Amino acid sequence: MHYQAKQLSCKRGRKTLFSELSFELQAGQLLLIEGHNGAGKTSLLKLLTGLRMPEAGEILWQSRSIHDAHNDFRSKLSWLGHQNPLKDEQSALENLHTLSSFRPRNSISLTDALQEVKLGHAKHAQVKTFSAGMKRRLSLASLLVANTQLWILDEPQAALDKDGVALYESLAKQHLENDGMIVMTSHHPLNLPADRVQRLALGV
Amino acid sequence: MSSLWSLIRRDLLLAYRRRGEVGNALIFFGLVVLLFPIGIGASETLLAQIAPGLIWIAALLATLMSLDSLFKEDYQDGTLEQWTLSPHSLVAFVWARLISHWLITALPLVAVAPVLALTLNLPADAIGVLLLSLLLGTPVLMFVGAIGVALTTGLQKSSLLLPLLVLPFYIPVLIFGASAVEVSASGWSAAGQLYILAGLFVLGLTLAPFAVASALKVSVSQ
Amino acid sequence: MNIIAKWYYRLGAPNWFYPLTGKMLPWIAVIFLALLIPGLYMGLFTAPADYQQGDSFRIMYVHVPAAWMSMFIYFAMAVAAVVALVWRVRMAEIMIISSAPIGASFALIALITGSLWGKPMWGAWWVWDARLTSELILLFIYLGIFALYNAIENKQTAGRAMSILTLVGVVNLPIIHYSVVWWNTLHQAATVSKFDTPSIHIDMLIPLLLMAAAFQFLYLWILLLKMRANLLEQDLHCGWVKKIIWDRRKAHNGGN
Repeated sequence: MHYQAKQLSCKRGRKTLFSELSFELQAGQLLLIEGHNGAGKTSLLKLLTGLRMPEAGEILWQSRSIHDAHNDFRSKLSWLGHQNPLKDEQSALENLHTLSSFRPRNSISLTDALQEVKLGHAKHAQVKTFSAGMKRRLSLASLLVANTQLWILDEPQAALDKDGVALYESLAKQHLENDGMIVMTSHHPLNLPADRVQRLALGV
Repeated sequence: MSSLWSLIRRDLLLAYRRRGEVGNALIFFGLVVLLFPIGIGASETLLAQIAPGLIWIAALLATLMSLDSLFKEDYQDGTLEQWTLSPHSLVAFVWARLISHWLITALPLVAVAPVLALTLNLPADAIGVLLLSLLLGTPVLMFVGAIGVALTTGLQKSSLLLPLLVLPFYIPVLIFGASAVEVSASGWSAAGQLYILAGLFVLGLTLAPFAVASALKVSVSQ
Repeated sequence: MNIIAKWYYRLGAPNWFYPLTGKMLPWIAVIFLALLIPGLYMGLFTAPADYQQGDSFRIMYVHVPAAWMSMFIYFAMAVAAVVALVWRVRMAEIMIISSAPIGASFALIALITGSLWGKPMWGAWWVWDARLTSELILLFIYLGIFALYNAIENKQTAGRAMSILTLVGVVNLPIIHYSVVWWNTLHQAATVSKFDTPSIHIDMLIPLLLMAAAFQFLYLWILLLKMRANLLEQDLHCGWVKKIIWDRRKAHNGGN
């Protein structure tokens, strides 16, 4: 498995956020994108998911452009933005059911996934009663029930407490050990084996 | 098809759980109708004369106002991005969302329109045609309006942009909708106008979702 | 095929488009004037006065071509919108956004001259005539496209959003036009529109066609000027713009 960006550049208005940005990611590796606010981290992630078109350059999945092979690419991709795609008036289980319908499913049941992110007790509670950390954990649960190799995550640890961060790290580690790939941004230190982590600094 | 139905069900359920917001378009509709006799004068013959156009304009504005929130929440919480990246068709999503939105906001409008029409002295014979024209016309208003909503949904300052984009495209529906009621109030057959409305209905419901879907893709990409 | 592909890439390249259009501009201006001056002269002086409307009908030589242009430009924009959406050609988007204000201006000219023409004819500055109403709606559609483009910060997104709206408009325009015509015949005593010129005399036709051709070149002229300005503005920090500025500066200093 192989995910690669070649000579990407991106503008916001007239300001160039980044240019000639390249990286290569193999199975089992994580790319950590770092940079101050406004450096273009979210814009870069949106380019990498294919939601946005780059000003220049291309993104390759298995050596094919993600825009040419977009059906294949999308079926391998889980994307989570910095917002939680949840509906307040629905229960945790209903929300997870909706989220799981967006991607190919694996064999893990929704209830087990909720258990895994420590929300088993609250599966029938409406999400509006949840704290920000619980909402984030619920969004992360959607990664567990999807059969996708590439996770692209914008601030996955945002709003998580210490236990939540540790939980995310163990999920990420498991995914990498199963030959998954992760591209993510973070403001927090990341406690993962250094040989699996590549770093990319924006706006320096 | 089953996923379309489950989507509609989900939207209806969500609307039921936040039913407070649903009535707003209805209240707006009533208020606009109230403004006309106050602004123009309560002469019964005058009101009866302008009632068809007046009810249609009020219904059109109420539909337009109700559209503003159509995709806003899904845009802000990232659901729209998930849809765009999922293997599901965005057109199906648009269809489901619009059908449920029509059921939630426009159907009540159609239901109260006869009551408002009677307060404006519209002849009772024309009520049936009024209902039929609204049933055919409001979906078109919704589907065409959704294009404008999809184009402006990612913008911070878009409040007055939506009517500017959408109202010119509402003119044919307004013309034939109001005219249908008007001719039937004068005792003639409105079949011609209703056929044309039905034609616009078919055209709008088949073509507009594709424009909405591609506009949503553009909005998500910014 | 090869030639088309070559042109396609060249026209898409601003560093090629800019100098080429720079050379074309003066010629287009000359052709415009060469058509405008005889057109205006014949229209205002040699064409016979209308037996019903007298000299006031001469405003037709501005009104009719302006109305034609306002429609022509919209259809040109719609073609560009297809090109922009299907092949993602940035130059097509720049063409649309440069055309929208020109089209709106022609629509406005048609409305103002129509209103001026209407005063002696109908005794009122404004009559809800089918053509004037359609023209007014067209003006609003132009303004909507322009407003949408300006409201979206990211110009790449703005260009695509505007292209979609342009296409939605081109599907709707015939429907709007025919429903307005239908509405008009329903609501007004069906007099023959004053703007109809069913059997036009050849002496009137020639200046009209000259003016129409002149307006085409006027459009082309302003369009290229605006496209060049928009290109410079968008690519302010790109290499080819810097090179132009540098060359200009060098030429200027050399001239001193």
